Amino acid sequence: MTTTTPNAPDSMYRSREGMGVWEHRGKVAAVGIGHSPTARRWDGRPETSVGANSIIALRQAIADAGVPPDQVDGIVLVPVTTTGAYWPSDTPVPQDVVNAFNPTDDPLDGIGQLSAEWLLKNMPELTNVKFTMNAPGCMSAAITVAAQAVGDGLTSTCLVLKGWHNLEGRYNHGGISAADAVPGTFAISPGRTLWGAPGCYGTALQFAEYCRKYGKHHDMMAPFMQNSRRNGLLFPEGYWAQHRPEQLLPEDYLTSRWIAKPANLFDNDIPIMASAAYLFTTADRAQDMAQKPVYILGHASSRGTARSITPTLEEIQAETGSTGRKIYESAGITADDLSFENMYDGFAQFHQFHIEGLGYRGMKFGDALDFYQTDISIEGPNPILPSGGNIGSGRSRFWMHTDCIQQIQGRAGARALTGVKPEIGVSGGPMPMGGNFTVWSATPN
Amino acid sequence: MVKQGVIPDELTKPYWDAANEERLVIQNCSACGRLQHPPARACALCGSGANLEWKETVGRGTIYNYGVVYDCPVASLKEDLPFNLAVIMLEEDPGILFYSHLPGTPVDDVPVGATVEVVFEATANGQKVPEWQVPG
Ligand SMILES: [Zn+2]
Repeated sequence: MTTTTPNAPDSMYRSREGMGVWEHRGKVAAVGIGHSPTARRWDGRPETSVGANSIIALRQAIADAGVPPDQVDGIVLVPVTTTGAYWPSDTPVPQDVVNAFNPTDDPLDGIGQLSAEWLLKNMPELTNVKFTMNAPGCMSAAITVAAQAVGDGLTSTCLVLKGWHNLEGRYNHGGISAADAVPGTFAISPGRTLWGAPGCYGTALQFAEYCRKYGKHHDMMAPFMQNSRRNGLLFPEGYWAQHRPEQLLPEDYLTSRWIAKPANLFDNDIPIMASAAYLFTTADRAQDMAQKPVYILGHASSRGTARSITPTLEEIQAETGSTGRKIYESAGITADDLSFENMYDGFAQFHQFHIEGLGYRGMKFGDALDFYQTDISIEGPNPILPSGGNIGSGRSRFWMHTDCIQQIQGRAGARALTGVKPEIGVSGGPMPMGGNFTVWSATPN
Repeated sequence: MVKQGVIPDELTKPYWDAANEERLVIQNCSACGRLQHPPARACALCGSGANLEWKETVGRGTIYNYGVVYDCPVASLKEDLPFNLAVIMLEEDPGILFYSHLPGTPVDDVPVGATVEVVFEATANGQKVPEWQVPG
């Protein structure tokens, strides 16, 4: 990728315990939100490409915040946009798509990846951008980096972007999976090649051990799955609401085919195309913008590593426990302060690791599946994943952030929490062993 | 099940050469006395790269955990679906794990916690790979 935009340095992420309260607590706010339409896969038209979707999302976020575009002075984005599918190296990019945009010197920009340079060439209204930074990973990483950048004074009105492209075919089924022989390192670990492990296998293993250790069962996931899809269908920006408005009933979930038992089809994630953008600014500037500011109290990152070929349950729990402590330490809050949670759920079977690590509603390790049998709806006192997450809206890894902002702004529509007042929420992920997490608040303190 | 062939690379060649001699070796850091698998260029504990040696194991372990694969991205394994995919803990150090298809164990009838012994199975290109079996 040709780019002059640097990757965010490790120092922008708070990945250790003992760092204290975030130095910019309450000084950075999210204001504007923008979303492109969703699609299962790209249909090849320029106006539905990841680049076009990202421009839609960015322009919406700017307009939503009520900010003149020339006030935007920063962009933080995730440059990698693949869901697992890559543009075939022997296939030229369609000429009508090339002609529809102002290109950079990389023909895949806007189609199979994104760069700040490409965005600036195709959004001429952004005349004042002086700070650009790549945050490899997911929206969770871009949010962390943008929050830190605004707090550090590197930018004062910053766009935060994550876009996804999804092409034809099933991911992971080509390439090395179809090879006659594989490199020795890859043959040992991960288990995808010689051993035939699908993507969900590692999480399924951890879930299997969890069920054995605590006497739980896969069936106990059904209320969580049903609730998450219900929430997702109340998310008009999401994939299921836009394309397949189908509730997920317990019998549908429990009779679904296995992928890697104990993970079935619905425990997996559904790759989609969609872009989302937010507008972040300083708490001071946010006062003059069009939407209610949602203050960032803190951020924390997980960088767990397994000792051997796959994480054990013990390693997962050590890491999620540590992540929970980092989140609370950074934001200067306790579990009791959380109105709601939006931790990631793709794969469905690790959501309980995230929320047990948080000690959400006093949960201990092994409690979450029992908790799922109680009222976890948006109307109740203990909402679980009001965004619906991946289960409810498709795999974007950004619904949970949008939901935190919308709930606190009072703009979650039919999804609005009614059993609790949405004052402080936490979102983040993706993995229990690695991700980035943000605490959002209605007030700066 | 015929697994994909293996092309040993510089880092893993001693592991694969030993497998062809039906020995299971893994990395050991002689500076801090810690076993390590998968192989890496340096010890994950002390960071030393100069003190990594290959140590032969007794080749026994226990079944730590398993899943049953019903849908698999690897073309050459699709005709064997569904199959067990277990994780084995090494007897000398239960922090050291290996994948296994548990040849001889019925699908989804896996005795978690049972003792297993290493065996060596030829892959598609003849390179042998460590596998694990419940004895008897
Ligand atoms: Zn060492």
